[in-house]
Amino acid sequence: MRLSDKAEEILESLWINTHELNQESSSFEEMKTDKDAPEVKELLSADYIALSEDGIRLRKEGMKEAENAVRRHRLAERLMVDVLDIKKSLMEETACRFEHLLHKEVEESICTLLGHPTLCPHGKPIPQGRCCKKSERAAKAIVSSIADVDKGAKGKVAYLHMRDNKKLQKLMAMGILPGVSIEVIQKFPSYVFKIGHSQIAMDEEMARDVYVRLK
Amino acid sequence: MNAKFKKSRGSCHSNVNVTVEGLGKIVLVGSPNVGKSVVFGNLTGKYVTVSNYPGTTVEVTRGKGRLGSKEFEVIDTPGMYSLLPITEEERVTRSMLLEESPDVVVQVADAKSIERLLHLTLQLIEAELPVILDLNLMDEAERLGLSIDLNLLEQELGIPVVATVATENRGMDVLKEGIIKYNKEGGQGFKYDAVIEAAIDNLQKTLKTEYNISKRVIALLLLQDDPEIKALVKEKMGNGYADVGRIIEETKKRYSQPLNYVITLARQKVVSSIVERVAISTISKGMDFRERLSRLMMHPLWGIPMLLLAIYGLYEFVGVFGAQVSVDFLENKVFGEYINPFATNLVSSIIPWKVIQELFVHQYGIITLGIRYAIAIILPIVTTFFIAFSIIEDTGYLPRLAMLIDRLFKKIGLNGRAVIPIVLGFGCDTMATMVTRTLETKRERIIATLLLSLAIPCSAQMGVILALLAGNVKGLWIFVSVMAIIFLFVGFLVAKIMPGEKPIFYMEMPPLRWPKFSNVFTKTYTRVEWYFKEILPLFILASILIWAGRITGLFDLVINILSYPVGWIGLPTEAATAFLYGFFRRDFGAAGLYDLKDAGILSGIPLIVSIVTLALFMPCIAQFSITIKERGLKMALGMAAFIFPFAFFVGFLVNKILIGMGVVL
Repeated sequence: MRLSDKAEEILESLWINTHELNQESSSFEEMKTDKDAPEVKELLSADYIALSEDGIRLRKEGMKEAENAVRRHRLAERLMVDVLDIKKSLMEETACRFEHLLHKEVEESICTLLGHPTLCPHGKPIPQGRCCKKSERAAKAIVSSIADVDKGAKGKVAYLHMRDNKKLQKLMAMGILPGVSIEVIQKFPSYVFKIGHSQIAMDEEMARDVYVRLK
Repeated sequence: MNAKFKKSRGSCHSNVNVTVEGLGKIVLVGSPNVGKSVVFGNLTGKYVTVSNYPGTTVEVTRGKGRLGSKEFEVIDTPGMYSLLPITEEERVTRSMLLEESPDVVVQVADAKSIERLLHLTLQLIEAELPVILDLNLMDEAERLGLSIDLNLLEQELGIPVVATVATENRGMDVLKEGIIKYNKEGGQGFKYDAVIEAAIDNLQKTLKTEYNISKRVIALLLLQDDPEIKALVKEKMGNGYADVGRIIEETKKRYSQPLNYVITLARQKVVSSIVERVAISTISKGMDFRERLSRLMMHPLWGIPMLLLAIYGLYEFVGVFGAQVSVDFLENKVFGEYINPFATNLVSSIIPWKVIQELFVHQYGIITLGIRYAIAIILPIVTTFFIAFSIIEDTGYLPRLAMLIDRLFKKIGLNGRAVIPIVLGFGCDTMATMVTRTLETKRERIIATLLLSLAIPCSAQMGVILALLAGNVKGLWIFVSVMAIIFLFVGFLVAKIMPGEKPIFYMEMPPLRWPKFSNVFTKTYTRVEWYFKEILPLFILASILIWAGRITGLFDLVINILSYPVGWIGLPTEAATAFLYGFFRRDFGAAGLYDLKDAGILSGIPLIVSIVTLALFMPCIAQFSITIKERGLKMALGMAAFIFPFAFFVGFLVNKILIGMGVVL
């Protein structure tokens, strides 16, 4: 059974409240709904939530479904920012609509494309999916932050993260630009990359913002 | 475009004539560590500090040179990667270009990073500056198997291009000829996409006043949110700026990415296509020895023995050869047996009054104390340190050290880049305090300045300290450990207390290079010369002050007061004299302790305590005055107010701990 968009939103908020804010139950006001709303009925009949004194709480049965909803939302955000370069102000709204379109297979391909990211653009953890667990053993991400690839890896810069314009400008000044070939020479204590015929060292903070497509 | 160019250039010429006695003006620009200073030396015959470390040219250097029959003013600028500045140095250089109206701009560039250097070239062409591209370090590019078709590149860019190896004087005559014959026909700019071009067009129409660089570049910099250019345009336009702001905002809305990214990417496309046509890179045949050594130096594990090896070499050369062998020879032989007795006899026979005699000779005289300390103790130590430092600097080891130490330095609020001032501080803290201005944030500059004042003993002081602890391995270890702990602890605390941005580390790793004898020699020479100009007058002044202080009884008063804290930390009262003199120069104080030790008054735990306290104690007058200049009086006084009691507090603790632990020295 597929849940309605509204119901998915509620599951998401509940999951965040229980898992990240340690808040057992949530009021209807906070969830922007009420006791008789169709989405609440829908969730109650699926046994995903239960009514509590001051609102609703997530039940164990709904946990997995809620986690997946959060995962889809954050993956959608990641996709907006990393690949589609959509402005942060627009991202929220677009991601909200987009997440409901992500079916299982699409979700996994997007997760793989993004290199099984662990954090959303706001820095919150993205719950792992089946594909992530598999990837820990096998396939490498197609595009991933250069901070996460192995020493000796070669590839081309795919894009730069743009959350911090100052850092972005430094990276560009050092010649780290999309399309440029890059090789990881060293990862510890600092990152050292070979770009063209020169070598550049930087800390993890900065390396984190460089995304590469491995050869 | 050409007509417009001529117009703006006309205004340049009138400027040149007004500002500098009609000399042609050559400005050298380029990314850090590509040899601008060497080119400067070749053009002017003047030497500026040259090293294999990005960011060593802190200030703009000016010199005069004669090319053919024409005299030029040559200006060397701090490194700049892009016309859109990030660091303070880049800002300095950019404003040079904005204000100086040069006749020729020579972009000195590292040939092997052609893909990056062309970004700046294109920006300079866009600015309609009269630019010549000098592909320097051609030997390194060749060694890496990179060859560049100069003629084709000239055609592509529409400006003169020369290839040089400045350190070997290769190609310099071609560059000089290029400068003499320079005749600007206008380089070939390129077009951005329609939206950006339209914005540039609109902005150019809106910008009414003239600038020293093209309006096209002003427009581009405005679009990229350059705060300085914005302020400049606002100042010139007043209320008219509103239109400019509107155009910028409207253009921004058309893109999802920041405009500096959009513009750089557009330029990158042009750069790539040029590079594809003009450069041929043969596949390198694995790693050569140089590269292997470089990787060893950067290795988290193997890097440590490499560092220890470097420190050991430094110790043997500076600590043993400089501070012991050479000092011993100059101090005991040259001064002890010849100069001092001779001067004392001479002065005594000419001047009958003992009081005046004491100004020149005897225990604290200008000759027997001031000049003796300067020449016999300080000179050999400082010289050997600067020789060693120049060699290390030339090889390119320091950036590797920066990269190794970055994580540790982050804990104390600095980043890897701070190794240069810190290591230089072991040579001369005054010089190092000046160099802190290459650090990016104000917070880093303050922390580095404080640590230099507090916990980094300069070479002169170190030399005397090493002599004091000669043969005392345990004492040396205690001293080194205490200083290291204080350095990290105070740095950690200050970083915790002081708010501010977290530092970011990024740095180019230049290839390892063989140090050149001539370079090491001239570099050491200029540094020692600078040091002496700075210190000898102060030494003489200190001798005079000490003399005056002694005959007026003022010194006895200060020494009396100082003898209390000195007593609290378990030292003989005579040490108070050394501490007072320590303010005149750090090493002066240490040398004073040396005399006490020689006389058998100071030994064991009190010796260690006094060395630690003195090393932490106030910076010397010169460093203090530079600290005021760089950080402001308030900050300098604040630091002094912390350091003075803190030094005695640490001395007190060390004394108690060593006694408590029953350490026997």
